[in-house]
Amino acid sequence: MNAPTRDLPRAGLSRRKFITTASLTAGGALVVGCSPAQVMSIGAAQTDFGPFGPFIRIDPDSTVTVVSKHIEFGQGSHTGLAAMVAEELDADWSCVRVEQAPANAKVYGNLGMGVQGTGGSSAIANSWMQLRTAGAAARAMFVEAAARRWNVPASQITVANCVVSHPSGKQARFGELAADAAKVAPPANPTLKSAKDFTLIGTERVRRKDAGLKATGKARFTQDVHLPDQLTAMVAHAPQFGAKVKSFDASAAKATPGVVDVFEVPSGVAVVATSTWAAKKGREALKVDWDNSKAETRSSVAILAAYHDLAAGRAQPANGFKWTAFESKGQAAPAGGKVVEAAFDFPFLAHAPMEPMNCVAQVGKGPPKLTFGSQIPTVDQLNTAMIVGTLPGSVQIETLYAGGSFGRRANFKSDYVSECVHIAKHVGGGRPVKLVWTREDDMTGGYYRPMAHHTVRVELGPDGMPRTWRHRIVTQSLMKGSPMGGSASADPSATEGVKGSPYLDATPNVDGQVVLYDTAVPVLWWRSVGATHTAFVMEHTVDQLARAAGQDPIAYRRALYKKADADDHLAALELAVEKAGPTPTPGWTRGVAVHESFGTVVAQIAEVKLENGVPRVGRVVTGIHCGTAVSPDQIAAQMEGGTCFGLSAALYGLITMTNGVVDQKNFDTYRVLRMNEAPTVETYIVPSTEKPTGVGEPGTPVIGPAVANALLAITGKPTSKLPFVQPT
Amino acid sequence: MSTTLQINGKAVQVTASPDTPLLWVLRDELQMTGTKFGCGIAQCGACTVHLDGKAQRSCITPIGILDGVKITTIEGLEGKHAIQAAWVRHDVPQCGYCQSGQIMSATALLGDKPNPTDEDIDAAMSGNICRCGCYQRIRSAIKDAAAHGAAAPVEA
Repeated sequence: MNAPTRDLPRAGLSRRKFITTASLTAGGALVVGCSPAQVMSIGAAQTDFGPFGPFIRIDPDSTVTVVSKHIEFGQGSHTGLAAMVAEELDADWSCVRVEQAPANAKVYGNLGMGVQGTGGSSAIANSWMQLRTAGAAARAMFVEAAARRWNVPASQITVANCVVSHPSGKQARFGELAADAAKVAPPANPTLKSAKDFTLIGTERVRRKDAGLKATGKARFTQDVHLPDQLTAMVAHAPQFGAKVKSFDASAAKATPGVVDVFEVPSGVAVVATSTWAAKKGREALKVDWDNSKAETRSSVAILAAYHDLAAGRAQPANGFKWTAFESKGQAAPAGGKVVEAAFDFPFLAHAPMEPMNCVAQVGKGPPKLTFGSQIPTVDQLNTAMIVGTLPGSVQIETLYAGGSFGRRANFKSDYVSECVHIAKHVGGGRPVKLVWTREDDMTGGYYRPMAHHTVRVELGPDGMPRTWRHRIVTQSLMKGSPMGGSASADPSATEGVKGSPYLDATPNVDGQVVLYDTAVPVLWWRSVGATHTAFVMEHTVDQLARAAGQDPIAYRRALYKKADADDHLAALELAVEKAGPTPTPGWTRGVAVHESFGTVVAQIAEVKLENGVPRVGRVVTGIHCGTAVSPDQIAAQMEGGTCFGLSAALYGLITMTNGVVDQKNFDTYRVLRMNEAPTVETYIVPSTEKPTGVGEPGTPVIGPAVANALLAITGKPTSKLPFVQPT
Repeated sequence: MSTTLQINGKAVQVTASPDTPLLWVLRDELQMTGTKFGCGIAQCGACTVHLDGKAQRSCITPIGILDGVKITTIEGLEGKHAIQAAWVRHDVPQCGYCQSGQIMSATALLGDKPNPTDEDIDAAMSGNICRCGCYQRIRSAIKDAAAHGAAAPVEA
């Protein structure tokens, strides 16, 4: 889209606003009249961050430690953030290490969220000026220290690879100058490099800082925490969402060797033991009766039928929800042009990160402490504080690497964290409790990407371009439980990607409406959020429009982007088209899709063929417009990984319920993409010196519609529901 | 009671009952946490170790059947395997949680087939899930390690 998008990614805005607001509201009276960062810092220990501030430490051996305010769960944030500091500091990249910041919203807040947290593909984008400024300020302190020591003008001093030099031949490493540099007042507005002077950012030298740890099994995840006297807990959860414990018989569980205690917590019945295996055996021996009176006992098929009834006008919205216009312009009635109608169904999806949910908590001796992969530390502090009865800022969090998240660990209810804190509170004495969810707990534990249903009716004008566009969306709100979810207003995450689409910008008459629908099935953002369904609907619809207009899908998109002034879309598409070349690999058929999310535009051309009725994806050529490319190889990695994640969901991703009980329990029934099905993704980056936008999520939603469009070309049939491979 | 296991070239006494999966003995009793828990039913490969040189899933292998079996874990590679160096050269890991298992499957593959084809790689590696989607780099790194062999140990 146009330039303003770069400064304020539309798709991400609503979500960041929401997280801030949710934290505020959950904090109740505590927060009136204060910023969230200030409030959440109440009770925080005073910390001396040293002369170079909270983000940089420099040791006597010139090792530069960059403190990351963002969690590292695969997306490469640690590496990218460190590169931004190292660039402006002129540090030797091989001497730069990364350390995870503690929980402290005031110091380590996400500048896009207002609280400390990682999400919305914002780590690099929100830190861009902050960390470069920190690096440049520290550099200026070294220059000034050297100027004083050598009695030379600061303007004659240069810095490279942690070495400060003067043309006279005088040299000193950072470590040798650190004590003097510490006495220099950091400049408030240090001069930043211009893009043409970057020597690290944008180069292939920016390589992952954690690859060695992760290639040797030494990276520390929550699952790996072993503290002295630690107990391990598992919890028996109700089979249906919304059910409660009626009664339980713990006698056999308690008789299991290694089981220490069995007790009720708000989310079920906890079994606490001396080892993971003992906790699992103990839980298997536990008998629980559940009260299903308020449980969701419908099947997912019935919920989808209710969606269809709403979309077709056969049922009226309930629970305070109502049909809400998200895009409305022009009043022209259809004028007898060619009409394309399409409908789409999307299932619940599990995040299914490789590391099932887990947490370590210590409560009852000193301030509460959590040791785990915390994605939104401020929210986890708040929820912990409310359970323990203390100030949020006093809750200590040591954030570890997380074995994926894809949105699952960013939960405003801190569901599994709260569960762990309840157990640790019951155990008391500050004794460490590690809560372990099995894969089955994780798969059946809810917080899914909600089901969604779209209907689209587009009338083409005489030029073949869309003239009227009617769009209806039914889905479950991600914001239920937040102040915004309680109102009848629409949830922006339900419409992002339809709202703001260049295709609607290029259409003179638009009637877009959304309605939300309640179930007791907990739902949550899932890598790329609204785009998980909206990108598919828009991109697959546009291919159907191009066919109806008798035009090539790429040429049709070009025309629409030009009409909408969607320059970034056009640039990403043209790059993908150029790099793909004119001819598909023999035997393969191409499909194209383009989508903007989190301020980044991704265009993909996917080569697809059908093997025994199942789509197989080979070469995928990606053009991406993400502003300045901080780490080109990590951008490529995120396009490769995001494509696999999106393709996995498009091919197989499916969570269903029978009478409210989740049918898929593990990877045998929740099928995911494997090595033999993985595409080969090529990534090409549109050159840009604009500020960077996110790459963690935008690579996910594009491959699904690209495959659907290839299938449309192969079979002539549109896809109306995902996944492509339906269970038999 | 106790059981003696042969782990990474050493005899190790453990007290867990014979029906306990090797995974939990490694992780909880011995605190060798490089081997990961992912699914518990041999569907994801995160727990892969070598038993007498073959890639096996430790989450479904009770220690009672491992008398005299040579067990190798990710720790046993000591960062010295050509696969590990290739993993770093290609920046394979993202979240990293599955990588110990991927590496144990890949090293077993190269033990069997020093120059694996794409089909060999598919066959050996499709039992290891990576939700981050590092498959393309895993394939490249395996081929690179096969082509170039020994390398300097990986620094963690």
